[in-house]
Amino acid sequence: MQHQSHPPASTTTTTDTDTVLSVRNLSIDYHLRTHILHAVRDVSFDLKAGHTLALVGESGSGKSVTARALLRIIDTPARVTGGTITLTGPDGPQRLDQMTETGKEIRAIRGGRIGLIFQEPMSSLSPVRTIGAQIVESVRLHRKMTKQEAKAETVSLLRQVEIDNPEQMADRYTFEFSGGMRQRAMIAMALACNPDVLIADEPTTALDVTTQAEIMDLIKRLQVSRGMTMLMITHDLGLVAEIADDVAVMRFGRIVEQGPVDALFHAPRTAYARALLGSTLRLEAGQNRPAPPTQGEPLLSARGLTKGFGAKSWTGKTTWAITAVDNVNIDLWPGENLGIVGESGSGKTTLGKMLLRIVEPTAGRIDWRPQPGAAPRDVTAMDRRTLRTYRQAVRLVFQDPFASLNPRMTVKQVIGDPLYVAGGMNGAAIDRRVGELLELVGLDRSAMERYPHAFSGGQRQRIGIARALALNPQIIVADEATSALDVSIRAQILDLLLDLQKRLGLSFVFIAHDISVVRYFCDRVVVMHKGRIVETGTAEHICTTPSEPYTQALISAVPSPDPRNKRMSQRTRLSR
Amino acid sequence: MTDATQRPAPDPFILPEDGHEETAPAISPLRPGEDPENIAVAGQWQLIRKRFFGNKVAVAAGVIVILLYLIAAFVEFLAPASPTAAQPRFTYAPPQSVAFFVEDPETGTRRWLPHVKGYTMEVDLESLRRTFTIDDDQVIPIGFFVEGSSYRLWGLFEMNRRLIGPLDPSKPMNLLGTDSLGRDLLSRVIYGTRVSMSIGLIGVVTSLVIGTILGALSGYYGGWVDLSIQRLIEVISAIPTIPLWLGLAAAIPITWSPLRVYFIITLIVSLLAWTSLAREVRGRFFSLKGEDFVTAALLDGSSQRRVIFRHILPSLTSHILAVVTLAIPTMIVAETALSFLGIGLKPPVVSWGVLLQDAQNIRTVATAPWLLVWPSLMVVLSVLAFNFLGDGLRDAADPYEN
Repeated sequence: MQHQSHPPASTTTTTDTDTVLSVRNLSIDYHLRTHILHAVRDVSFDLKAGHTLALVGESGSGKSVTARALLRIIDTPARVTGGTITLTGPDGPQRLDQMTETGKEIRAIRGGRIGLIFQEPMSSLSPVRTIGAQIVESVRLHRKMTKQEAKAETVSLLRQVEIDNPEQMADRYTFEFSGGMRQRAMIAMALACNPDVLIADEPTTALDVTTQAEIMDLIKRLQVSRGMTMLMITHDLGLVAEIADDVAVMRFGRIVEQGPVDALFHAPRTAYARALLGSTLRLEAGQNRPAPPTQGEPLLSARGLTKGFGAKSWTGKTTWAITAVDNVNIDLWPGENLGIVGESGSGKTTLGKMLLRIVEPTAGRIDWRPQPGAAPRDVTAMDRRTLRTYRQAVRLVFQDPFASLNPRMTVKQVIGDPLYVAGGMNGAAIDRRVGELLELVGLDRSAMERYPHAFSGGQRQRIGIARALALNPQIIVADEATSALDVSIRAQILDLLLDLQKRLGLSFVFIAHDISVVRYFCDRVVVMHKGRIVETGTAEHICTTPSEPYTQALISAVPSPDPRNKRMSQRTRLSR
Repeated sequence: MTDATQRPAPDPFILPEDGHEETAPAISPLRPGEDPENIAVAGQWQLIRKRFFGNKVAVAAGVIVILLYLIAAFVEFLAPASPTAAQPRFTYAPPQSVAFFVEDPETGTRRWLPHVKGYTMEVDLESLRRTFTIDDDQVIPIGFFVEGSSYRLWGLFEMNRRLIGPLDPSKPMNLLGTDSLGRDLLSRVIYGTRVSMSIGLIGVVTSLVIGTILGALSGYYGGWVDLSIQRLIEVISAIPTIPLWLGLAAAIPITWSPLRVYFIITLIVSLLAWTSLAREVRGRFFSLKGEDFVTAALLDGSSQRRVIFRHILPSLTSHILAVVTLAIPTMIVAETALSFLGIGLKPPVVSWGVLLQDAQNIRTVATAPWLLVWPSLMVVLSVLAFNFLGDGLRDAADPYEN
């Protein structure tokens, strides 16, 4: 336990007058069922008035719990074991760490002096009360106002966060707001009492890139106009470069590097910061591999694929409430990586599921050639038996590496299941093949007897890939296969997939919302919007010189991981 | 915000003291000497076991349950006497307490001799009621593994050794007192354990099998299968149980043995008692069938039967175990209640409920309170033990919740 021997190095440097919030040697332990996790160790930083500090780190680095500790709202298994938190205000410094967690003082600070924006606006807003009522409550808790005044203040706050028709929208419920609007309402609530400090905990992670750009614009504007200090928690280095003034990089509960944003991006001092930056930047560039030929017979081609969700009326006529995928044509040639990009609700996942017939298409056909030169077979018309052979050749890699592995089966059982069920293998043959597959995806053979909970997210995704490879497939459909992973792991998994493609001659349908990942991995890209294909082209073309306005707006909203070249603020805005 | 320049700014870089790269989060064991790594290779049952044994109350309850079933297994050997052996000379005899030393009246020295004291009888001449009092002068030596009346262990082995009893079989030893016919209450409570603890199990197993299968089908297939099973459940749960028991008890042929009657009734009622388990299993299936790992199993080519029994059901086994453990005490209480009302088991079958029948009137309770105390204490003990055990199992059942 090194942190105990760590001297309180910076307690002597007293807080500057322009330091609003000062944290010194904060340590937090989690008492888990199996061990004690030192989630935060000797974390020290200062928030300067009007500045933005970004706390960057991968999952499990302790960045969120640090932010929560500032407001004394950490969950029960966690305990603050040491350190000081000083908030400097008009009436002198206040020690937040000495206040009781439910006391009057800390409650006056929560929402009053420090505002907080959460990652998931749906679960942070009450579903049973109107947005207006929730903001009114927050306003009246901290400021002496009558109901009427609070109502007027609420409307003005909603206007400030750029919600159209704030008078009417204040009376709407959470579920009537879109994700971006919910986050705006959340911001309005956080701003209700003119806080000096705004803590934004992954404020845009649940949002699409274009919405993210709008929300970040808004936060930045409000911060400047109100002179707020901001602490932003994020895992996205691109966002950091666009927004922050100072950065603190966290890893395994420690701040490994801290300084101005330009210094981190252009002169990182620690190996970890360099590696983190490297894996982010690597995804920025294309891979420059020769694209496979797109002439001749495609392996898989979908024509007029449509999926509607809705109901049959009593007359027997079907009307679609939502057309999730609308008349989509795609082709996949041997050895090709086809990217399908779109924001949430664009129908990309439904398209992927239809390709495997997990979701039955409403209309259209999918032609599949078992071998090059063979006659195409219509997948949509296959019976259960032929569908099984199809599903052996076309495999799926899932998004969530935690949900896609049965927690009650060992890795051998997970990977061996398709071998046993479809491959007809037994005993020692399965052992041998599973061992091979594990080595193929860069895991040790000894992983076989372990259960999935013993592995990290990246390792689990490797197990998922091994399962997909078990039956020597031809095509792999990867549905957001890297989006649940940290950036450094993401690059590793993409490299693994590219390597496997080279060795095994695979073709990929790669579904993603993350433009940089698609650019790195794919040869051709299909951009989807509201169920339709907007644009198809080579990855380089789509990512650098897109021709359609929607694609332009989408591409330019992606934050650029270089503080000297801020892309997001100069983005192409799509007129609504 | 004026004199910022006068104060030293904090060090812009805060590096770990030792400066070297870390490769894993910092953890320390909960107790010194434990290795957190072990958990990585632990399987499902290992994790459940670890968690269960952390719950001391549940472990204690589990030990009690095991003891009760051990008693139920060896009643013939454990009971000091046959449960039907009447002692007309000792009706409503009070409990005798065990003493270990006798004092020699002449020398005053104490001698090691486990014994109980005998009874003296007095007859109330007005009411002609006999009352027994403990007579301190009569010493009845007792011992372990004594020879008593012969019995057949499990109906197979002819034996006459008993765990505890008077050295002279003709002398009375009634540690918990006797009932109206002078039968030894301790023996009857021990024999009652066998019937009370086991008769509910058949019902539980039947409802477990039906509930799991129908719940699984309902939850997995959905649609019209789900619709019809759910309507069936609703109809069945609308049937009132106690009137059904009363009706069945009246309808069953009088020539059947009481145990057989009870067995049949339990079976019939358990055919109606699977509904709550089926609903629970259905709910779990509903949520699990949407999980990615189930989709993965389908894409791997697994048949639907394999998906249900190999992939989904194992996730439920621990939950089902907990549900069953919590269902057994309900059955025990039901048996007690129904036997007490006279519509469950009937004498000569010995169960805790039948024993309580003897304590139905206030006069008996006043003169022989042990008839009420000991059987009800056993019911309370077993029900509490099962409930604590079931709670502990349920808490331990899902090791992957966090």
